[in-house]
Amino acid sequence: MNHDFDLSAVEEEIANCMRCGNCQATCPYYQETGFESSVARGKIALAKSVLQGKIKYTPTLAERFECLTCYACNATCPCGIQIDKIFLAARAVMVRNGGSPAFKKLMAAALKNQGLLDLGLKTATLAKGLLFQPHPSGGLSPRFPLGLDLRRVVPSLSPKTFRDGMRESVTVPGAKSKVAFFTGCLVNYVYPSTGRAVVEILTKSGVSVLIPWKQHCCAAPLALNGVMDVAEQMARSQIDLFSGLDVDAVVVACGTCGESFKKKYVELLDGAPGYAGKARELAAKTCDIADFAWNVAPFNRQLLKELAMRVTYHEPCHLGRGLGVTKEPLEIIRTIPGLDFVPLREPERCCGNAGSFSFTHYDISYNILKHKLADISGTGADAVVTGCSACRMQLEDGFAQEGLGKRVFHTAELLAMSLK
Amino acid sequence: MSVQEAIYTLRSVLGKENVITAKEDLICYSFDATADLPEHLPDLLVTPMTVEQVAEVIKAANRYKMPVYPRGSGTNLSGGTVPVRGGIVLSSLKMNKILEIDPDNLTATVQPGVIIQTLNNTIAPHGLIYPPDPGSMATATMGGSVAECSGGLRGLKYGVTRDYVMGLEVVLANGDIARFGGKTVKNVTAYDMVRLFTGSEGTLGIITEIIVRLIPAPETRETMFATFADLTTAGRSITEIIRSKVIPATMEIMDRVTMETVENHAQIGLPTESEAILLVEVDGIPEVVRREAATVREVITRNGGVVKTAAGDHERDQLWAARRAALPALARKRPTTILEDATVPRSKITEMLLAIQNIGRRYNLTIGTFGHAGDGNLHPTILTDSRDQEEMERVHRAVDEIFKAALSMGGTLTGEHGIGMAKARYLPWEYGEKGVQVLQKIKEALDPEYLLNPGKMVPCREERK
Repeated sequence: MNHDFDLSAVEEEIANCMRCGNCQATCPYYQETGFESSVARGKIALAKSVLQGKIKYTPTLAERFECLTCYACNATCPCGIQIDKIFLAARAVMVRNGGSPAFKKLMAAALKNQGLLDLGLKTATLAKGLLFQPHPSGGLSPRFPLGLDLRRVVPSLSPKTFRDGMRESVTVPGAKSKVAFFTGCLVNYVYPSTGRAVVEILTKSGVSVLIPWKQHCCAAPLALNGVMDVAEQMARSQIDLFSGLDVDAVVVACGTCGESFKKKYVELLDGAPGYAGKARELAAKTCDIADFAWNVAPFNRQLLKELAMRVTYHEPCHLGRGLGVTKEPLEIIRTIPGLDFVPLREPERCCGNAGSFSFTHYDISYNILKHKLADISGTGADAVVTGCSACRMQLEDGFAQEGLGKRVFHTAELLAMSLK
Repeated sequence: MSVQEAIYTLRSVLGKENVITAKEDLICYSFDATADLPEHLPDLLVTPMTVEQVAEVIKAANRYKMPVYPRGSGTNLSGGTVPVRGGIVLSSLKMNKILEIDPDNLTATVQPGVIIQTLNNTIAPHGLIYPPDPGSMATATMGGSVAECSGGLRGLKYGVTRDYVMGLEVVLANGDIARFGGKTVKNVTAYDMVRLFTGSEGTLGIITEIIVRLIPAPETRETMFATFADLTTAGRSITEIIRSKVIPATMEIMDRVTMETVENHAQIGLPTESEAILLVEVDGIPEVVRREAATVREVITRNGGVVKTAAGDHERDQLWAARRAALPALARKRPTTILEDATVPRSKITEMLLAIQNIGRRYNLTIGTFGHAGDGNLHPTILTDSRDQEEMERVHRAVDEIFKAALSMGGTLTGEHGIGMAKARYLPWEYGEKGVQVLQKIKEALDPEYLLNPGKMVPCREERK
C-alpha cells in the first residue's frame, strides 16, 4: 500500500492554504449549501484539525470530506494548492478509520468484481420491468428504492453490452497504427453507441482497434472515495491487461477513466516494484478520443457531412480541468459543417453528477444541475455535446424531469454521425 | 446548560436546519481569512432567513448571555469574524436577495448576504456600477463589506464603501429593529447613523438591509503601465499626476520583490531590473479620458519613467493580470502570508516604501509591497511560515514597526481591512487613550453587555487597565 494517501503526506499543501476563501466563488457544492464545510477552505481546516488531533473520525466527518471532486477549487486557488490531493488523502484516512457509507461499500464490492458487476447489470436489464417503470421521456424511473432516488430518471440499460457486441480486435487493412480502447463502464453498459462511434472514428482514420474483453472498471469510483487498497489492486490488474499490448496508444472516451490511466495509476503504484514504470508508460500512452481524433490521428475532413442542428458543449470536469482536454472538442464541433454552435456562459461548471455523489446527495446534485439546464436553455440548442457519459446521464435526467426534449451526444458520436 | 437551552430555543424559532451544532461544522467557523490569529470554536452557528429571525437570535443571546458574531463569507483580513469568546456565529448567507434596483434614484436595496459581484452583474444591464471593489468581491458579501467598510482598487477616484451606503436596517443589541437613512441624496436628519454602523465591524448592531448608491458605468478607459529605475521617481510621478488635476480610477504600484515573484511565477515579461512599476487607469467620457491619459504619460516621461499604453482589451487584460498575480504569486512563495494595509498620505508613498524595505532588511524578512499607491494604501506582504516561532517573533516586531512608520508620517493603521482582532492592540497608538474611551462609550451606549462581536476593535471592560 502506498503511504502517500495519508494526511501527513499533504501537510505542506494544507499549510499553504491562506484561507482567503476564493474557492467559494467557484465551488458548486458551496453555492448550494452556503456552509463552510462544503467548500475547500473548510475541508482543509477539517483536515488540519485531524492532523493536529483536534478531531477524531466520525461518520459526520467522513461525510464532510465528500464533494463533487470537480476541481473548480484547484483552478481558483491563488496559492496553487492541489486541493483534490488533500480531499483524497482525507477520504482514504476516513475509509481506513471507520469505513465509508454503506452505499459506497456496495459499489466498491460490485466494481471490484467484474463478474458481479456484469451479472448484476445484466440481471438488472432482465429485471428492469420489475424494478423500473417507463418514464414519458423514454427513460425509466425506479419503482422501489434501489439506492436511487425515486424521482430520478435513469437511462435503460443496454440489453447487450458494447463489448459483447464487438469483436475483440477490429483491424483495418494497411492500418497506420493500432490502439487499445478502454471503454469504461458507462459506455459498455449504458451507452454502447458511444463505443461504436469511437471505433468508427478510429477505423475511418486508418487505426486498428483492440478492445480487451477482460477490461474492467478503471477504479476511479473507489480512488475518489478513498478506497485505496482495492483501487490499487484494480490498477495492477489494468496494468497487467494493458501494458503488455502491442499498441501505439490507449484511447478512452471518458475524462474520469482517462484520469485513472493518466494520473491515478501512477500515484497508486508509485514505487511499486514491477508496476511503477509500467504505470508511467501506460499514462504516457493514454489519450482521450477528442484529443486523439484531433491531434494524433486526425480524421479526414473531406468525409464530413453536414449536420443541421444547434448544439452547445458542456465541458466535463475531469476531461477539462482533469486532463486538460478543453480545446479539441470545440475544434471538432467547429469543423463539422452545418452545425450552429452556441457556447454556454459557464461551460466548465460542474453538472452535479459527480458519480456516486448524485446517488447520495440527489437534491443538491439536482440543484447544481438546474444551473446547467438554465445555461443550456439560454443557448436555444437542440442538443448538448459532452465528453463524459456520467455528465450525459445527469443531463438526460434533467431534460426528462423538466420535459425539455433536448438530446445529448458524446463528442465521438457527433463526429461519427458527420463521418457517416 | 444554557448552551443547550439556547439551542433548543433557537431551533424552535429558526427551524432545526438553521441551527448548526456539529463540531465538524463549527471548526470551519473558528477562523476567517486573517493569518496569524488564534482560532476559537463557536458554540453554534445560526443561519436566519429574515430580519425577525435575526432579532430572535439577538433576544436569545441576551437571555442566555451568549456573544453573537455576524459573518458573511468570512473573507475579511482583520479577524473580524473569529468567535474569540465562543457563542453564536450568525451567518447572513441565507439572506441573499437583491430586493430592488432603482435606476431612477440610482440605488439598489439588498440583503446582507448578497455577494458584491452578484450585485454588479445584476446592475450591469442597467449601465450602472457599484464601485467598491475589494480584492474579494467575487466572494465577499455586501453585509460584510459594509460592516468592514471595504476599499478596493478604485478608491482613489470613487472612494470606499462608506461613500455608497445611503440607508441601513439594523438589529440592535437588545433585539430592536431600527432603520436609518434612505434613498435621498440629501439627508441631514439627526446624527449620521448610517456612517456610524458602516465600518462598525459588527460591534454595534447586525445589518439586515442595505440601500446603496449606484453610479453610471464609465463609457471608456485607458490603461497605462510604467516602469521606474527607482522608488523616488515613481513616488514623484504619483503626486505629480494628482497635482496635474488628473484623478485616475486606479493607480497601483508594485515593488521589485513583488515583481520578481510575479515574474518567477508567471513569466509575463515584467521588467525585474526596475525598482517599481505603476499601473494607471483613467476612465470616463472619451474626450476627457484621452486628455487625462496624455497628461499621465507626460508626467511619467518627465520623471524618467518608461510608459506603455494598452492597445486594446487584450493588452489591458495582460497588464491587469500582472497586478492580479501579485498576491497569489507572493502567497505561493511561503506557507504563511501576512497582508497588511498601513496607509499614508499619498505624498509620503516613497518614504513609506523605503521604510518598509528597511524594516524587511533589519528583521531579515521577505516583504513584497504592492497596493493602491494613488490613495496611499499599501499592502506590505510578509512571506513567512507560522510554524517557525523564531521567525514569527521577527514578523511581529516588523509589523509593529510598519505601523509606527505609517503613523509617524500622518498615516493610519488600516486603510481598508479594519481593526478587528488583528490591530486592536495598536488602536491607542493612533487614537490615544482618550480616543479609545470615546469608542467604548459609543459601544456601551448601544451594546452595554458586549454581546455583539466582543473582542473586536473596542476593548472589553475587563481588558481595560
